[in-house]
Amino acid sequence: MSAAVSTQLLDVISGAILLTAVLTLWRRDLAAIIRLLAIQGVLIAGLALLLGINEHNTELYLAALGVLILKAIVLPTILRRVLADSGEVRETAPLVNVTSSLLAAAGLTLLAYVLSGPLVALAPSAATRALPVGIAVVLLGFFMLVTRRRALSQVIGFLLLDNGITTTAFLATSGVPLVVELGVSLDVLLVVLVLQIVAARMRMAFGSTDLDGLSGLRD
Amino acid sequence: MMTGTVMGMLVSRGVLPDGVLHDGGLAATVVLLVPVVVPALAAGLAAVLGWRRWVAWSAVAASAVVLVAGVVAASATVEGSVLAVGGWLRADALTAVMLLVIGGVSVIATWASVGYIDGELKTQTTTARGARRYAILVPLFISTMAGTVLAANLGVMWAGIEATTIVTAFLVGHHGGRRAVEATWKYVIICSVGIALAYLGTVLVYYASQHSGGAAGGEGTLDWSELVAHADRLDPGVMRIAVVLLVLGFGTKVGLVPLHSWLPDAHSEAPAPVSALMSGVLLSVAGYALLRYRVIAVSALDPAFVRTLLLVVGIGSVLFAASLMIAQRDYKRLLAYSSMEHMGLVAIGMAVGTPLAIAALLLHVLGHGLAKAVLFCASGQILELTGTTRMAGVRGLLVRRPLLAAVFALGIAALLGLPPFSLFGSELALARATADAGLAWVVGVTLVLLLVVFVAIARPVAGMLFGPHDDAEHGGAATSRAATSRAARPASSTVPLVLGLVVLVVIGVATPLDGLLVSAAAIVGTR
Repeated sequence: MSAAVSTQLLDVISGAILLTAVLTLWRRDLAAIIRLLAIQGVLIAGLALLLGINEHNTELYLAALGVLILKAIVLPTILRRVLADSGEVRETAPLVNVTSSLLAAAGLTLLAYVLSGPLVALAPSAATRALPVGIAVVLLGFFMLVTRRRALSQVIGFLLLDNGITTTAFLATSGVPLVVELGVSLDVLLVVLVLQIVAARMRMAFGSTDLDGLSGLRD
Repeated sequence: MMTGTVMGMLVSRGVLPDGVLHDGGLAATVVLLVPVVVPALAAGLAAVLGWRRWVAWSAVAASAVVLVAGVVAASATVEGSVLAVGGWLRADALTAVMLLVIGGVSVIATWASVGYIDGELKTQTTTARGARRYAILVPLFISTMAGTVLAANLGVMWAGIEATTIVTAFLVGHHGGRRAVEATWKYVIICSVGIALAYLGTVLVYYASQHSGGAAGGEGTLDWSELVAHADRLDPGVMRIAVVLLVLGFGTKVGLVPLHSWLPDAHSEAPAPVSALMSGVLLSVAGYALLRYRVIAVSALDPAFVRTLLLVVGIGSVLFAASLMIAQRDYKRLLAYSSMEHMGLVAIGMAVGTPLAIAALLLHVLGHGLAKAVLFCASGQILELTGTTRMAGVRGLLVRRPLLAAVFALGIAALLGLPPFSLFGSELALARATADAGLAWVVGVTLVLLLVVFVAIARPVAGMLFGPHDDAEHGGAATSRAATSRAARPASSTVPLVLGLVVLVVIGVATPLDGLLVSAAAIVGTR
């Protein structure tokens, strides 16, 4: 693949990753949000594959396969099951409405570009110039986490944050060592499984997964 | 120096073979693997057999093995040498100190667990299934913490800390019900997010190392010793962002501001021995990660930046904890906020960063771990006796259960830094190190806050111990649970707690660990 084509492809994929993250803030239908998350997983796997082809790195092919299985198949499946169990199909009333959310997303993306200045400056290349995308997805995930009230939305926010970090890792370093990558993926999977069980218990104890119900422990 | 001399004595008498613990040797492999594998085996035993008394005792034995491995590692590393196996496991004097903390607190906590779960099964506050899960998760928890401090690679260390969150999630939720579910949710979400930020920081450190132009060329590394060796060549621009993320991220797990809000909820809802483990060791294991990164940070960046960052979170945490302790009505939450306060002191010690400050903070971590283990386990027994966690609901403890009350009172005295307990010495040394570093104003501010804490703890505890006891005072809901559990626990249940207090006095008076602490401080301290 010629350098120009691969750079363009890299930019398209990075752009699409950012777009899926912004769209998760726009949609209120939780099933659609999960679909977006799965698409984002495919895109990140594609990013790893592209970097692997560019650098002839077998470890990255393996990482791409791992990301595809975990982020595009396993995690969305678990989330869909949580959704089916809960019977709550929409994020009813986020603390911040959709319009403001999208405005905040624009602000956060700008912030990400400012923050990642020193990161790009260290080793300017096609991949590192896309780094602000990874940081932006991290910030958007954090934003979702603090403004949504459904338990499932918070889990999605956490996964968005994690996708952002994975994107950053691939763009900046062509992936951390495979052992670490494996540990991280396993951890994310286990965290989501734990949260799935806790969400089920929450439904039993509170009758819903509206996090406003969590107010028993205060000083 | 005493650890060194004791080991020397054992070697000279032929009890321990000389020179077997050299780098990569079989004995080193055993010492490094045992603290991870043995507790995991105890967990496996519980998974197969469920809760049995002797299975519970096997967890105590596994904790003792971790402690022994810590002592052996201490003797091997006290002179500054390093044990390493295969590039993944590594132990120096700092690791040895942490193994001693983990082993020591775990022995107390698992020992107390035997009676605790037995009592819960008798009063049917937990089921056989709950007891089994508890028996599996507690040794696993110890195993993951040991793995964290033994990791040579900072990425693996990160994974270890994240694994502790997963393992402890269901321990926090052990009691079930709304409050436990709420505490678990907050705990898992906040800690996972915090630790994810730390992962981003780790990735950035790896990125900086790839472009540090080191001997390895373009190969990045997360190996701690290699990073320390080339830390001055890491890009300051990237490292600045990385360090902020690492302090925020690992700081979450240490219980430092601003992402601390999980701590009081998780500590107050978890079963008492688990609170002891979380407060006594988990917080300081995350602090250990910060300590490892601090050496890299001060050499890659302007040391003043790192110091300011750590001072802000440290003083902020002490301030926040003190302000919430003043009007606290719940004794478990009071103890939880006290953990936050002590971790704030540890962060201030890290900010100072001189060898004296590091040695003092390590002694402080050990002392705090033991004192909190004693106090949380004692508070579990108080809860069992009275059925309430409200301090106003506990009166005249000294008359009703003199032994338990004495243990609780002495534990509080240790926590408040009164002599002859070791926290007296470590707080004094911390203050001296801080003043020596030209930060006298920090000593002043902290001292005022500690006075507030002293009053906030001493006054209500005096009420719990001496206040007039009247059965009729008990609130309605509390009475039923209290009545069922009124059957007193045998005096033997206080044995591990008394043991903890004795050790606190010994390390406070005889200072047997000084040599080890000095070696450890030389590794991560900077002038």
